[in-house]
Amino acid sequence: MDKINLTIDNKPVQVDSGTSILKAAEQVGIKIPTLCYLHLEDLNIENKPGGCRICVVEVQGRRNLAPSCATVCMEGMVVRTNTVRVMNARRTVMELILSDHPSDCLVCAKSGKCDLQKTAQDLGIREVHYKGEQSHYKEDRSPSIIRDMDKCILCRRCEMMCNEFQTVGALSGVNRGFDAVVAPAFEQDLVKSTCTFCGQCVAVCPTGALTEVDHTDNIIRALANPKKTVIVQTAPAVRAALGEEFGMEPGTLVTGKLVTALKQLGFDYVFDTDFAADLTIMEEGTELLTRLTSYLNGNKEVPLPILTSCCPAWVNFFEEYYPEMEDIPSTARSPQQMFGAIAKTYFANKIGVDRKELVVTSIMPCLAKKFECQREEFKTDGNPDVDFSLSTRELAALIKQSNIDFLSLPDSDFDAPMGESTGAAVIFGTTGGVIEAAVRTAYEVYTGKPLQKIDFEELRGMEGIRHATIDFNGLPINIGIAHGLGNARKLLDSIKAGTCNFHAIEIMACPGGCIGGGGQPLHHGQSSVIMARQRAIYQEDANKPIRKSHENPYITKLYEEFLGKPLSEKSHHLLHTHYFNRSKVKVVIPKSKS
Amino acid sequence: MSSIQIELHENQVKELVEVCRSFNNDPIELINVLHKAQGIFGYLPAEVQEIVSRELNVPVAKVYGVVTFYSFFTMLPKGQNPISICLGTACYVRGAEKVLDEFKKKLKIAVGETTPDGKFSLNCLRCVGACGLAPVVMVGDRTFGRVSPDGVQQILDEYV
Ligand code: SF4
Ligand code: SF4
Ligand code: SF4
Ligand code: FES
Repeated sequence: MDKINLTIDNKPVQVDSGTSILKAAEQVGIKIPTLCYLHLEDLNIENKPGGCRICVVEVQGRRNLAPSCATVCMEGMVVRTNTVRVMNARRTVMELILSDHPSDCLVCAKSGKCDLQKTAQDLGIREVHYKGEQSHYKEDRSPSIIRDMDKCILCRRCEMMCNEFQTVGALSGVNRGFDAVVAPAFEQDLVKSTCTFCGQCVAVCPTGALTEVDHTDNIIRALANPKKTVIVQTAPAVRAALGEEFGMEPGTLVTGKLVTALKQLGFDYVFDTDFAADLTIMEEGTELLTRLTSYLNGNKEVPLPILTSCCPAWVNFFEEYYPEMEDIPSTARSPQQMFGAIAKTYFANKIGVDRKELVVTSIMPCLAKKFECQREEFKTDGNPDVDFSLSTRELAALIKQSNIDFLSLPDSDFDAPMGESTGAAVIFGTTGGVIEAAVRTAYEVYTGKPLQKIDFEELRGMEGIRHATIDFNGLPINIGIAHGLGNARKLLDSIKAGTCNFHAIEIMACPGGCIGGGGQPLHHGQSSVIMARQRAIYQEDANKPIRKSHENPYITKLYEEFLGKPLSEKSHHLLHTHYFNRSKVKVVIPKSKS
Repeated sequence: MSSIQIELHENQVKELVEVCRSFNNDPIELINVLHKAQGIFGYLPAEVQEIVSRELNVPVAKVYGVVTFYSFFTMLPKGQNPISICLGTACYVRGAEKVLDEFKKKLKIAVGETTPDGKFSLNCLRCVGACGLAPVVMVGDRTFGRVSPDGVQQILDEYV
């Protein structure tokens, strides 16, 4: 590739042709402020509208200041990033943004983590000289996400995530001038749109305009109520990210501290969603093998490939966009819901507590789980299997509110029986993990032989769509993996077109899987954070004494004592679900032949 | 999904689907398709936007984004008696704006809106070429000349 030489603030830089001034400056230790720009490098996600102009620089010989995120380096360019003119321009831009922004930082959910607040601080803004009309919008509250458009700075990162990465298209820039805002169609509430509640718009919003619905108060009240027995389950991706909220390096595993913190908060039982992940593998893996053997025995009607169903945003997506394919995904509920169903039946019986007095909570990297746990089909007589779902961020807030010094906590172990899990369950937290866990079990069940090697490196990675063929003792099993709903859409379209030869496909809505979930500590555009979490997940797996779901002794016991066997009637009733047509486009169009 | 539920005529829907086909259902043609759609329906209610969204495979939020960006597009139906006030130079200097204000006051609607009973809608026009009659007001096909604010009620009375 051609090399380009230029100077930035008198420092010589050599870059590949096509590099932006912003990236070139990074190479020589110059950090130009940005707001609308977003680049998750390892995931190929980029937002480059060049709209906010906070990143302007002076380029010798050009009359106008150039937005460094959207201007490519040229041979011999002389760039200055901190002249008086540049700094004045940046301050003016920032003051104009702030002139239409509420100044309630002290009580904003994003305070301390807000890119707008930080940039204003970095620029040394002490006063806003422009006074003008401020926008006022009605707050939009869905089961997962709160939209407070008074705080929107129109960076359009959310729009890019929703349209380009997820191909959901729930959000778009609408209106013009002062009335311009990012909104669902007809400016209706998010819940009436095609939104899947993946939370990726929230994960990239630089301000408090998009936040999660906060359930910490409900938890505090439940914990303080002596009549209630409160159970908590924690998802695998949480332990690989929670430390970041307390200043720890991304990729630090905090499983032991996490358990101690939950015990100190007063939960009666601290359990692990990983237990339910092992259960998922038993059910989903058996479903895969049943479909596969039926297919091999000549039943060509059996729906293949089988698609994983543990990601609720993904479930919302296919219910919205591919309702006609509802017999393809596994019917297995997500681990969160399997956990809830077992907790409020099997475990409630065991400890002799009525399900109405049992509060099941979950700590999730996910905002879609908030939506999922209030679905009607996951309730018994109006009582939900999972009462409240908290994000990793909310748990961090709860720990801080409760005066717990997280960093100095000792380690503890999860409680039995629903705290016991295997390495296979841990890797549910990353893209490729669910299918690797399923393969570990399906292989041994199908071939009757122990695996020589437990690690399936060929299923790992960060590519948006991956595939591998696993040899089941002479039977080649083709496996597909997609993360991001845009990538999922590509695979679904190939299934529809009949050009897909996969037997099983894993789909996760978020970049990198749940480690990049909408409820995780904010990555602030650094995909290295997500990569580090992935390494931590595989490390936790490798450290586990048991690494295959079917070898979890407590799962075996659960089947012996309660469920019978995978896909039994009881399993069907408690651990499986059915899907609905949620397609929002209700206008029936007479389709003539085209 | 829209809050206002309206029924579209099947023929008009068919025509719209044909229009989309004539543009090869290409998302790039969104603006042209919307233009034609407004020609067919007179306005672009949510239902029409949903059809366009589905035919061109563009998210309905994006369609709405385009409809609300260009002032040419309207989501409100015209009244049974669309009132247009000429704001061309001749009419303007002879007080057309005062006439417009009077209509706004009497009908309690803004320019581009329709009265709740669907009887009247209000719009402005550039010169209609009847400068001799300025200020000019058109209601449907009928033209009223030399209208003064005092005469506004009289015009409205003819339609109630
Ligand atoms: S939650 Fe996901 S689907 Fe919903 S608006 Fe945000 S990015 Fe789009
Ligand atoms: S809601 Fe947030 S991410 Fe979306 S445009 Fe506004 S500030 Fe940007
Ligand atoms: S990938 Fe994980 S975090 Fe993201 S929506 Fe799906 S289940 Fe939730
Ligand atoms: S960050 Fe470059 S224009 Fe917004």
